[in-house]
Amino acid sequence: MDFFLGLHIGYTVHEKVMTWQIVLRRVGKVFDERTVLRDISATMTAPGAWVISGPNGSGKSTLLRIIAGLLTPTEGAVQYLYNGERLTARQQRQAVGVVAPDMALYRPLTALENLRFFARARGLPLRDSDLLEWLERVQLRSRAHDPVATFSTGMVQRLKVITALLHRPPVLLLDEPSSNLDEAGARFIYQTVQEHAQHGIVVIATNDTRELGYGEPLIQLGA
Amino acid sequence: MNRSSSWAHEAVAVFAKDWLLELRTRVALGAVVLFAVTSVVASGFALAPPSGVPAEVKAALLWVVVFFAAVAGLSRVFVVEEETRTADALRLAVSPAGVFAGKLAFNTVLMWMLCAITVPLYLLLLEVPLRNVSLLVVVVVLGSTALACATTAVGAIVAKATMRGALFGVLAFPVALPPLLVAIHATKAAWLSDSAWRVAAGDLQVLAGFMLVIVPASVLVFEHIWSE
Amino acid sequence: MNRTVQIITGIWVAGVTVAAFLWLPPAEGFRSPETARIVVFHVPCALLTFVAFLVNAVYSWKYLRSRDPLTDSKANAAAELGMLFAVLATVTGSLFAMEQWGSAWNWDPRETSIVMLMLVYAAYFVLRGAVEEKSKRARLSAAYALLAFPAMVFLIWILPRVVESLHPTNTLFSRSGLDTEYRITLWSFFAGLMAIFVWMFRLRLRVELAEARLRQQSQRVTQPESQLAGEIR
Repeated sequence: MDFFLGLHIGYTVHEKVMTWQIVLRRVGKVFDERTVLRDISATMTAPGAWVISGPNGSGKSTLLRIIAGLLTPTEGAVQYLYNGERLTARQQRQAVGVVAPDMALYRPLTALENLRFFARARGLPLRDSDLLEWLERVQLRSRAHDPVATFSTGMVQRLKVITALLHRPPVLLLDEPSSNLDEAGARFIYQTVQEHAQHGIVVIATNDTRELGYGEPLIQLGA
Repeated sequence: MNRSSSWAHEAVAVFAKDWLLELRTRVALGAVVLFAVTSVVASGFALAPPSGVPAEVKAALLWVVVFFAAVAGLSRVFVVEEETRTADALRLAVSPAGVFAGKLAFNTVLMWMLCAITVPLYLLLLEVPLRNVSLLVVVVVLGSTALACATTAVGAIVAKATMRGALFGVLAFPVALPPLLVAIHATKAAWLSDSAWRVAAGDLQVLAGFMLVIVPASVLVFEHIWSE
Repeated sequence: MNRTVQIITGIWVAGVTVAAFLWLPPAEGFRSPETARIVVFHVPCALLTFVAFLVNAVYSWKYLRSRDPLTDSKANAAAELGMLFAVLATVTGSLFAMEQWGSAWNWDPRETSIVMLMLVYAAYFVLRGAVEEKSKRARLSAAYALLAFPAMVFLIWILPRVVESLHPTNTLFSRSGLDTEYRITLWSFFAGLMAIFVWMFRLRLRVELAEARLRQQSQRVTQPESQLAGEIR
């Protein structure tokens, strides 16, 4: 049961020479007096997949949120570079897709309504037919008009993935993507990572032994 | 990767999404309208017969009811994003200005709907003389819009703090007070005065001026509330 | 604030207070000329609560730009002092009103402004109490202060036109008709009170810094060093 045939990232052909980079410069995060992250530096250049690992509570999710731009570090900075030039906040929003367990979709709305909102909000010229095609790719087409509240965990995860990829971002950030998924779901995640890592940047924060092998180890957070 | 998504387009998307959610769940509208109707009916009972009640009191009471009904529902638009954990997805997809504009528009329309139901009921139950109806409509529309403008950013602040319900009323009241007082004054003029428009003209200007000040202030401050 | 200035302030304020009773003639034209002396204390308190409000707004603005925790402490200290002076102003004003007009409250626009300011301070403290995380608390309360500031400016501006016609009021407190002696005493007291404001402000900040240092030290004891840092790649 393969979910994921032919999902390509659209900028491959004419942008082969162009490089995307994420640079972490001495990133640190302090919550009140508790230091969660300290002096983290790293550089990721597309294409490729990287893994942030560490036991629970070591700050993986915090670091991922900082990379996503959802959290401001107390020290240091995260920079997104395209051909060596820094992206603006708006450009960064367009360049990143995130899938995380604590990031939910709108449950009272249907799958299609969710996609419609994110497409409209991001100014994507996608019609319903395009959105239905996305749903088709992850075998959710038949549930397009059902509220997300009725979806199983695996279905929600698939929907989250295509929501994150709708705007074809070069960067995909995943926080424990295979947790609570069955074999088929885990395989879907694996395929997504593989496909995306061919042209873009994938960063996975995880503890899962399977997922640890999905990319190069980037940062190991201690405990 | 060229997309033209100005804050206005984003705001429209956010507004549409919030109303879609509201129509599905009917939480904010329900809370707000229920509170308002109950208050008006209770007031009607308590003050019967209404003929003995001075116009100032009726004007003040109307806006007090509207204000507290607003408190019952106007923080909803931000609180729901935090409670259902959809705020992050929103933050990733939409600029802060777009989020604020969309939510402000939502709250404004919510206030208009609240007033559309509450004010006629109030006029009926408390036997308010129907004079200067056009002025009254203008005052109600302008006043309720001003209340939405005053309280939307406060709602965003409250959504980020730990205690929700009681906090919103406490924080919103000082900021909502100027438009509230002015609206009461203008409403009273609409009901009592013969040269109502002249008397209320200054009030309407103050309401407009207030919105012109508080909305930019809210936009400036909102980025700091919304982003972490 | 060094010792000398502190001593001078103390003597100054004490001196002005004594002068307000011994040197200052009783206020003519008031119902209770002796008690009307309280004006000299009341007005500076009221002025200072507005000054404190402005100081709080300025530091709130600065905090949002710099995110320096010290700036947030300053904003908070200003708010605390503002609340203190607002209470003092209300109490002295009430006492005066009681003597002059026979009732402790009159919905005079200026009285009402002070009370509204107290509401804002109270709301500010409630908000701060509701947020545990320090940087979030600072950020949210600064944002609120910057919303409340223009709202209060509007309020103070519109209050006279609204209150006067909502309620038939009695006398409005007019300061323009004060005799020279009163004016001298009043502004002297204001100067002294301003010095006290600065003194208490700095004291408050020192307490806050000391508390922070204490907390940091206890944290260092309980949190092992090895819990941090990641590997560089």
